Amino acid sequence: MLNLLWLIPTLPLLSSLVLMLGAGRLSKNSIVICGVGSVGLAALIALSIAAGFNADDSYRQLLWHWFSVGTLSADFALYLDGLSLVMLMVVTGIGFLIHLYAAGYMYDDPDYARFFACMNLFLAAMLILTLADNLVLLYLGWEGVGLCSYLLIGFWYQDPANGMAARKAFVITRVGDTALAIGLFLLYRELGSLDIGTLMSGASERWPDGSSTATIAALLLLGGAVGKSAQLPLQSWLPDAMAGPTPVSALIHAATMVTAGVYLIARCHELFLLSPLAMTTVAVIGLLTLLLSGCSALVQTDIKRILAYSTISQIGYMFLALGVGAWSAAIFHLVTHAFFKALLFLSAGSVILALHHKQDIGDMGGLGRRMPFVFGCFLIGSACLAALPFTSGYFSKEPILAQAWEQAPLLWFGGALGALITALYSFRLIFVVFFGELRTEPHPVQRPGLVALKMPIALSLLALLALFGGTLELPLETVLPGVEIHPPLLIEAINTLIPILGVLACYSLYRLNPELLTRLKQLPGTSALRQFWRDGWGFDRLYDRCLRQPILWLARVNRNDIADQLSQGVAVCSRFSHQLLVEVQSGQIRWYASIMACGVVLLIGLGVLI
Amino acid sequence: MLTLLIVLLLLGAALAWLAERQSTKAPRLVALATLGITLLFLLPLLFNTANGVLIAVQGDSWLLLERHAWIPRFGISWLLAMDGMSLLLVLLTLVLGLIAIASSWTEIRERQGFFYFNLLACLAGVVGVFTALDLFLFFVFWEVMLIPVYFLIGIWGHEDRHYAALKFVIFTQVSSLLMLIAIVGLALLHHQHTGSYSFDYFDLLGSGNRSPYGFWLMLGLFIAFVVKLPAFPLHTWLPDAHTQAPTAGSVILAGVLLKTGAYGLIRFLIPLFPDSLDSFAPVGMTIGVIGIFYGALLAFAQTDLKRLIAYSSISHMGFILLGVYAWNAVALQGAVMQMLTHGFSAAALFMLAGAVQQRIHSRDMRQMGGLWSQAPRMAAIALFFAMASLGIPGLGNFIAEFMVLIGSFQTNVPATVLATMGLVGAAVYSLIMIQRVFHGQQQTTHSLADFDRRELATMTLMMLALLMLGLYPQPTLNLLQPVMEQLQLLAQHSTHQLAGVMR
Repeated sequence: MLNLLWLIPTLPLLSSLVLMLGAGRLSKNSIVICGVGSVGLAALIALSIAAGFNADDSYRQLLWHWFSVGTLSADFALYLDGLSLVMLMVVTGIGFLIHLYAAGYMYDDPDYARFFACMNLFLAAMLILTLADNLVLLYLGWEGVGLCSYLLIGFWYQDPANGMAARKAFVITRVGDTALAIGLFLLYRELGSLDIGTLMSGASERWPDGSSTATIAALLLLGGAVGKSAQLPLQSWLPDAMAGPTPVSALIHAATMVTAGVYLIARCHELFLLSPLAMTTVAVIGLLTLLLSGCSALVQTDIKRILAYSTISQIGYMFLALGVGAWSAAIFHLVTHAFFKALLFLSAGSVILALHHKQDIGDMGGLGRRMPFVFGCFLIGSACLAALPFTSGYFSKEPILAQAWEQAPLLWFGGALGALITALYSFRLIFVVFFGELRTEPHPVQRPGLVALKMPIALSLLALLALFGGTLELPLETVLPGVEIHPPLLIEAINTLIPILGVLACYSLYRLNPELLTRLKQLPGTSALRQFWRDGWGFDRLYDRCLRQPILWLARVNRNDIADQLSQGVAVCSRFSHQLLVEVQSGQIRWYASIMACGVVLLIGLGVLI
Repeated sequence: MLTLLIVLLLLGAALAWLAERQSTKAPRLVALATLGITLLFLLPLLFNTANGVLIAVQGDSWLLLERHAWIPRFGISWLLAMDGMSLLLVLLTLVLGLIAIASSWTEIRERQGFFYFNLLACLAGVVGVFTALDLFLFFVFWEVMLIPVYFLIGIWGHEDRHYAALKFVIFTQVSSLLMLIAIVGLALLHHQHTGSYSFDYFDLLGSGNRSPYGFWLMLGLFIAFVVKLPAFPLHTWLPDAHTQAPTAGSVILAGVLLKTGAYGLIRFLIPLFPDSLDSFAPVGMTIGVIGIFYGALLAFAQTDLKRLIAYSSISHMGFILLGVYAWNAVALQGAVMQMLTHGFSAAALFMLAGAVQQRIHSRDMRQMGGLWSQAPRMAAIALFFAMASLGIPGLGNFIAEFMVLIGSFQTNVPATVLATMGLVGAAVYSLIMIQRVFHGQQQTTHSLADFDRRELATMTLMMLALLMLGLYPQPTLNLLQPVMEQLQLLAQHSTHQLAGVMR
């Protein structure tokens, strides 16, 4: 079964090519069969590989030699171990469910084929990123997912705002990618290879703990991870990325692509373990990001932006976990987050569709009774997000906080505070959207025949995964260093109680005692603070002032190329001297004669004197 | 064999001119046939090299070498040779020649005979430049290549063609003069040392080190080549020339002529003046890095589609300068890869710009927008080449820039780090181009025809080339590997020789 591994990225890639070339000639049914079927098949193959996979094994499949010059060589080769298997399952499995949902969601879009072509291409790139056995191939997948993310954020290209959001996402992540590329150059120069396995073993052998080269290399890789995973200071693209269709937000900007940074760091954990400084940086970035974006999520009014900030915040938890050395917990949270965040986004998609693309939660309310199924799904998703006991989110967040306590109580405190904020914003969403009085009458969309079933099926499967995903056993022991942590009972109790507390607080504020909330909002200074948080802590304005405006200014003043003045100067000089000489040639004999006489006198004078 | 290639092209050029008397459509057919036949002559060579038959004619990297006496009194000979690098570049020249003909198929309607004469004559000159190893002969071909371009821009160009053509000719002639001085200077130096004149590449290798004037001769040659490349601040002829040239002119300029400058640096400048590697490399690399950023910034600022692409070329050529002065096998192969891949991607982008201009009669991006819905194929293809230009892995441009950067990181870390950051700039201007032309609301009510079969075929050819260079570059790299080893050896050898003499 393992030798079918190459088919997993190839199937979506082929389907994408078919859809691109056949655009305009395919019926909707064949588009679905091609676009969704290929992913389903890939997921089936992945499943059967997983069933027969021994957790202690790793498997390398060489497709072809990419390039080799001297010692610089890279292959198109796939590498499968416990870690990449977990990612493989998430990407194909969740990918399939979201594709299934999208087949219904996007049904009446005129660019149905283009949508699935991009989605399939994205999956192919993401699978290459996951399975790459060397850093260059990983970089191919890395840039490939960035490209597809760009294409899908700007999917509705008629609106320039979408194009702007797409470019912003691409360019900001590219800043991170540049750091990753430089890190790759450094690793190659120091260790003479690009193969991930060789690099990691070479790094542990050659570099002592705390070596500065290891630190620099790790920080550069972190730069790439921060960009792709929307962490501080490169997080500001993700909220705008919600301009894309909702299934895109679910797949790319929640479940898979944005977790690529987490995967990269886990993949290179040997390198990070060599550098305590880099580890601390990872943890601190994670903590700051989860708190800052949690606060932003509290005050957003657009349902997708709330979910976007919550994604940033949850990936912050994963970074925190990586930074404190809870490797398996980070990956576990990645998996459960993929389940419940995909569920949340798709449920939100159903709400948005029913309200004719209204996304402001101010326009929503009382939808619980009108859309009970979606409400149920959303409730499950929010419970997992808030990490209420016995949901999947609880099982994955708990070990992160425990390990954080073990490393530094301050990190734990931040994480626990973040958990409170998480519970607050996720249930704020529930109470505002699904309770209270009805503000906009929902019109659930009618899809013909089987298409109508696709969205509920996808949602129910995701809901099951989100509820029971916490009981999964991931085959990570042999890949990632494991830790057994038993923090004091008090800490565990606090970890468990905080989400419940958050939900209760939210309930009392939004249902029991709305006047208290109004009074809170009227406190002096809060409105400015809320505006500040809503703008994402002013990062956009900062980058605009410090980077974008100066560059625009420079481009504007130099539009006509200052260097061109150089050659223009030559031309001006020649024209000037030409005019001087023209004056001399006036055509008057007297003038010529007197000049000649002067010249003769001058020459004779010179001759006499010298 | 090599002489035959050039003679064929010149013959075809003359025939194309004459054929106009028969019919106005005849010249382009003659030109097409000429290039086809020339390519047929080249193909066996390519396959034989790929099978390792022709490698090592002289025990080194030359595949073919022809030497005939020409002006023996001054040691000038008709010396043509081809190695893997020349082979690839000649191939690029001929393929882009075909594409240039395809792109002028309907665009050029006046004086077609003379047009195709100039096109083919220019190509003949370029093939000569890529194969000549006698410096005097090299100079002759250099001129043969440039003069026809003056006519191409000046006669069939757009609104400001006379200004652009004049600017082009002044820049190139001044730099050619510097080159001639440097070449003659080298021959005189050789005379001083050995008592006989020689313009032979093999005689002159490393000889630039021997003289106190060596630096100035090197500088002359350097300026001649970087004007052609072009590098900051000597690039200002390029945006005008590109913008005003007809599509075929832009294709040839961007795809082929710029590469002669880079080729000159690799083949002649460093091997003739190996010392300059130590002393001049930081300057060269700095100019390269400035070019990367300056080109990107100006590309971003343009409203004229063709100007944007022209400035992006300046940015891409900066990588070549960086790779050349890093002077190791990886960076050099990356630089040559960059010549090939930029040849295809820039040519394709200029063709796209030409196609848009032919349809809406404007190059102003403020009048474009929303073309995606009208011409989805054109838009998707433009996106492909924009992605190539910003260096998406999987396409040849990535391999090229990656190899240049990873190679130059070995020798100059700060310059490489800066150049890598330049990749962000490439993303900015490439995506803004897509946004302004194809995305957004439709600006005009022109009904716009999508690509027809002829255009699709040429574009597909270039896309396949870039995909092959990106996904399976090894055959190409195998052709380059012995050349780069040889060149490095030459540079080292001549430095050591000099060290021996000094002792």
